[in-house]
This record gives sequence, structure tokens and C-alpha cells, in this order.
Amino acid sequence: MSAANSAQYGFSPMRRALRRLGRNPVALASAWLLAAFYLSAIAAGFLAPYHFDDERRDLSYHPPTALHVRDAAGAWHWPFVYTTSASFDRFYRRQFAVDTAKQYPLRFWVKGSHYRILGLVPSDRHLVGVDAPARIYLLGADARGRDLLSRILYGSQVSLSIGLAGVLITFSLGLLIGGLAGYLGGWVDDVIMRLCEMLMMVPGFYLLLALRAAFPPQLSSIAVYWLIVVILSFIGWAGLARVVRGMAASLREREFVTAAKVAGCTPVGIVWGHLIPNMASYTIIAATLSVPGYMLGETALSLLGLGIQDPHASWGNLLSEAMSIGQVQFHPWVLWPGAFISATVMAYNLLGDGLRDAFDPRLEAGRS
Amino acid sequence: MLRYILRRLLISIPLLLGMSLVAFLFISCAPGDYFDALRLNPEISEATIRQYEAQYLLDKPVLVQYAAWLGRLLQGDLGYSFAMRAPVAHVIGSRVGNTLLLTLVAMVVAWGVAIPLGMWAAVRHRTWVDRFLGLQMVIGMSVPSFFLALLLLYIASRTGILPVGGIRSAGAQSLSPVGQFLDVAAHLVIPALVISAASMAGLARVIRGNLLEVLQSPFVLAARARGIPEKSVLWRHALRNAINPMITIFGYELSSLLSGAALTEIICNWPGLGSLMLTAVRQQDLFLVMGDMLIGGVLLLVGNLLADLALAWSDPRIRYERS
Repeated sequence: MSAANSAQYGFSPMRRALRRLGRNPVALASAWLLAAFYLSAIAAGFLAPYHFDDERRDLSYHPPTALHVRDAAGAWHWPFVYTTSASFDRFYRRQFAVDTAKQYPLRFWVKGSHYRILGLVPSDRHLVGVDAPARIYLLGADARGRDLLSRILYGSQVSLSIGLAGVLITFSLGLLIGGLAGYLGGWVDDVIMRLCEMLMMVPGFYLLLALRAAFPPQLSSIAVYWLIVVILSFIGWAGLARVVRGMAASLREREFVTAAKVAGCTPVGIVWGHLIPNMASYTIIAATLSVPGYMLGETALSLLGLGIQDPHASWGNLLSEAMSIGQVQFHPWVLWPGAFISATVMAYNLLGDGLRDAFDPRLEAGRS
Repeated sequence: MLRYILRRLLISIPLLLGMSLVAFLFISCAPGDYFDALRLNPEISEATIRQYEAQYLLDKPVLVQYAAWLGRLLQGDLGYSFAMRAPVAHVIGSRVGNTLLLTLVAMVVAWGVAIPLGMWAAVRHRTWVDRFLGLQMVIGMSVPSFFLALLLLYIASRTGILPVGGIRSAGAQSLSPVGQFLDVAAHLVIPALVISAASMAGLARVIRGNLLEVLQSPFVLAARARGIPEKSVLWRHALRNAINPMITIFGYELSSLLSGAALTEIICNWPGLGSLMLTAVRQQDLFLVMGDMLIGGVLLLVGNLLADLALAWSDPRIRYERS
């Protein structure tokens, strides 16, 4: 053991791992990015210039608004925007005419639509905005002239939280069931493992579609949200339970389990209180790496129109506007939500890699 | 070996049955069925619908329906697709080849690129090559397949170098056989690339990791000490041992490959099993959903079995008879 390691010897493995994580710039940057995404999801109402359903049908597929700092005469100004109006040319292509007559300066802390942060704190202040007739579309507009940035921010509330909710439920189920199977062994083990194999028998996406089909297609967005969480957890616990079972089966032979048994712990108590804490490092890594899977499950369903339904936004159903491939070339900014999805998934993957390196420095990323 | 294969297949039959029962119950729970849509169609009389219902016992309790479905299945009849107006076996038969083509091409591309890339990264461990490839792999793993598909289709529609979706061009029937082949190949590029991209990155990382581990093992040191050329050490000694564990991954890969293929098929308009599944689910076409899931399960089963056999073939330490 080197001097550096022995210096930390007094700390718990968890603290040592967190220290190592703190020295990994890539993992740290990922963690900060994720923190920023989650914070902006919480503050979506404040950060979004408009409400997610605030439409201007006359400005359908408005391109990203140009922020000007110089007027037509060439004089410098505080950043401002012009109003635009849409018309069709003789090929029925949409044309946006910029009206340079009046400047609408960019304002901070403006009054706008009402919202509640976390459903509690009411407010009508927005970070940025412009005065009424003008609209500011920083990332462009969708088919109904709604601000894409606002919809991405509101959509992140769904897409980012669904991954956490799914992982929370799946891991509670998978750890407990897999732990019991491994600890008890015998017929319980057999039944549970056959059940897992049954679920893993069918390609996940086929199962996802079939399960979704069992519920009415038109549900409220809240109901669909929880439905997706439940379906994804129902599919996901099996793979985890198998791994956990293996670990529990080897841990069960250790002395501390015998001690717990002698002390009168129930099987559930032993699994929950003694076996699962011993799998903490695996659990943390696996949970981090499986969040994207749940996110992508939601995104895929919403993309296909089986998930979150229109006035409400999720990154998946925002991206569904890009499904009409022939049209995308006229308004490529509808691809933006995909960039946010990719960034989040990448951050989770890098953070998971970093955690793996931190918990087990002998292993390198990718070595399973 | 034959006994092992038979046992594997025997074990999987009750699993498939259980899976199909659960799926059948779930789908039957769904409010409404395909006949609701059929009733809205003025071309179809109530009597025809009654006849369908009677023929497939769809007016009976769910378990009776399931038993009837199972009975017909044992006779090789997958049922009738009400939406497609054709037997399910026929509908699936026309699609399964497309999915297999797509999946196999994607798999060949993924492994064909991943192995050299992973090796390259491992050999150049801790150099800028390794770091650059590592970054590419993370990006490849992180860009969701549907987004990559949309991006590539967008680029294709901008530039016009590749066909946008589908499997054949409009006038492909009149082309020569070579022309038809090239036409399908051109349509295959985007979906195959999308499906292979994700698994390629993951595979390359695992190969890199495995090879790094093997390269540090004593037998590699011994081989080097004996003066065996580095090239030979790498290709003949290290790689063979690094690839062995990969064969197990092949089985797992197949599931995600089929799942990934489903979504990509839908987006790229590729007429395969995945896009069929979506249509069937949307139209509540009971027998088509069941048939599609069953075929997906069978494909997975066969793939896993092949992976285990390949492992036994490549690694003489593994003997299934005794276990």
C-alpha cells in the first residue's frame, strides 16, 4: 500500500471513493452538468421565457430569433430583437419578414405567465423576455409557434425525473427480490429466477410496446408518466435481480450473516440490512449507469406517440416533430431536444465510469 | 452437446409459454379491441365481425381464448391479423427476413469495427489514441439510436446522397438484380449504421478492457520472453483470450440489438418486425402482437443458444455435458 493510500486509511471506503471521484475532472464535470440540468428543470418556469403551451400559430416554425446589437444605421445598442411576420411565397414556402421599424430590447426579470416552482412557490417572473408583440425564440419555434427552449425546459422535468423514479423503483424491487432469491435459495430462488428469465425472454422494446398496449392510448399526462415508470420498472428489475442474486448467494456464506441470523434477524431484515449495504458500491454504479435506459424508454415511447401527450412536453414528444423526415430540413432546430438527451445520457455514462473507477481503482472503464 | 441443446430448448418452452400467457392477459386487459375499429368500417358487416369472434372464440373468457390460441399455435397456426387482413404467419414471414438482414449486417459492422478499434486503444494504452477513442466510444454509447437515426436521415435528406427511409426505391422492381441489390444496400446504410453505432462503442470498450487485462497476464509475459514477435503475441495469444468472454456478451447484445433495431426500423421506415409490432400495438391486433412477441422471443432464444455453443466451441475449458 502506498503512502497516499495509507494516509486515507482511517476513512470509510465510501469516503475514500468520493475523494477519488473528486480528483476525476471528467466525472466531476459530468456531475456538475447533471446538477445544472436538474436545477434548471426545477426552475423551468423561471428560466423559460414562455409557458410550455403559449402558442402563436402565425409564427409556426419560426427560426431562432436573431439577437441584434446594431441597428439598421449601424449604431450599437443593448441586445434587442425585431418583430417578424410570416407569409408564404409563390412555392408555398414559409417566409419570415423582419420588421426593423421598432426595436424590442432584451429584458431581464420580466413579468409573464404564472408558474409554480416545485408546485409550491408561485411567481410570474421570467429570467429573460421581450415586450409583447415581439417574441423571442432562442432555439426556434415548433409547429404551433411555441417556444422550443421553453418546451425543452418544461420537458426536462418529465424526462429527467422519470429516469430517477424508474431507477428508484427498479432498484428497490431488484435488490430486495434478487437478495431474497440469493439468500434463501431453494425453490424461492428457482421460482424468482425463472420469472426473471421469462421477462428477459422477449426483446425489451417489444415487451415495452406490448405492455403499453394494455392500457388505453389516451391517458392524462400524469397517468402516462407513472404508467411508463411502472412498465419500465416491471421490465427492468429482472436483469438486476439476477446479478444481485449472484452476489447475495456468495455473501450469505459470510460470518456476519450467520451472526445476524443468530441475533434473530428475519430474512428480509438480513437482506435489507446486511446484504444490500454490502453491495452499495455496485448498486451506486449500476444505478447511475441505468438512469439513461429509463430516460430513453420514456423518450422512445413519447417519440412514438405512446407516452406524454401534446400540450405537455417531454424530450421525446418534442423530438417527434423531427419524425417527418422530409420536413425537418426546413426547420432543423426541432432536433435540439435530441442534443439535450444525448448530453444527459453522456453525463450519466461518464459519471458512472468515474464512480466505477473511484470505487474500484483496479478496474478500468469498460472492464465488466 | 446434443443433449445440452435439447435440454436448453426444453427448459425454454415453459418460459415461452409463461411469457405468452402473461402477454395475452395483459393485452386482453386493454380496453377495447380491434373489432371496435372494425365496427366503424361500413364495408364490414356486423355478421362478419360475429363470425370472426366466433371463429377465434373471442367472445369467450380470456383463458379459453388463450387456450384456443395455444392450440392453434401447436398446429402451426399463428392466427389471423385483422388489421392486415392476412394470416399472422404470412405477415410476420414477410417481415422477419428484413429484420434479420438489418440485424445481421449491423452486427457484422459493429464487431468488425469494434474489435480493431478496441485493440488499437488497448495497444496504445494511455496515449492520445486511447483517450481519443475512449471519448468517441462514450459519445457513441451516449447518442440515442433514434436521435442518431433522425440526424442521419436529416443529413441524407439535405444532401440527397442516401435514400431517406424505406427498403426499396419507388421504381426498384424494374431494375436489374444487381441494381435491386444495390438499391436495398443503399437503403440499409443508415439503419445498419445507427444500430451498430451503439453496440460498436460498447463492444470496443469491453474488448479494450479485456485485452488490457490479458496483456498483463503471465502467459503474455512468457510469450514475449521467448522472443515471439509482438504482432504474434497480440494476434495469436492475447486476442484469442480477450475475445472469449465476448462471446457471452454476444447473447446479451442480441436482445438490445433487436430492441434497438425495432426503434430504428420505425424511424427509418424499415419494414421489419419492430415496425410491425408498433402497428399491431396501435391497432390492438391481438394475434399479430402475440405472434410478433413470440418470434422476437424465439430469435433471442436461438441467438443465446448459438452464443453458448460458440463459447463451448472456442473455449475447450467449457463443457456443458458435465454441468
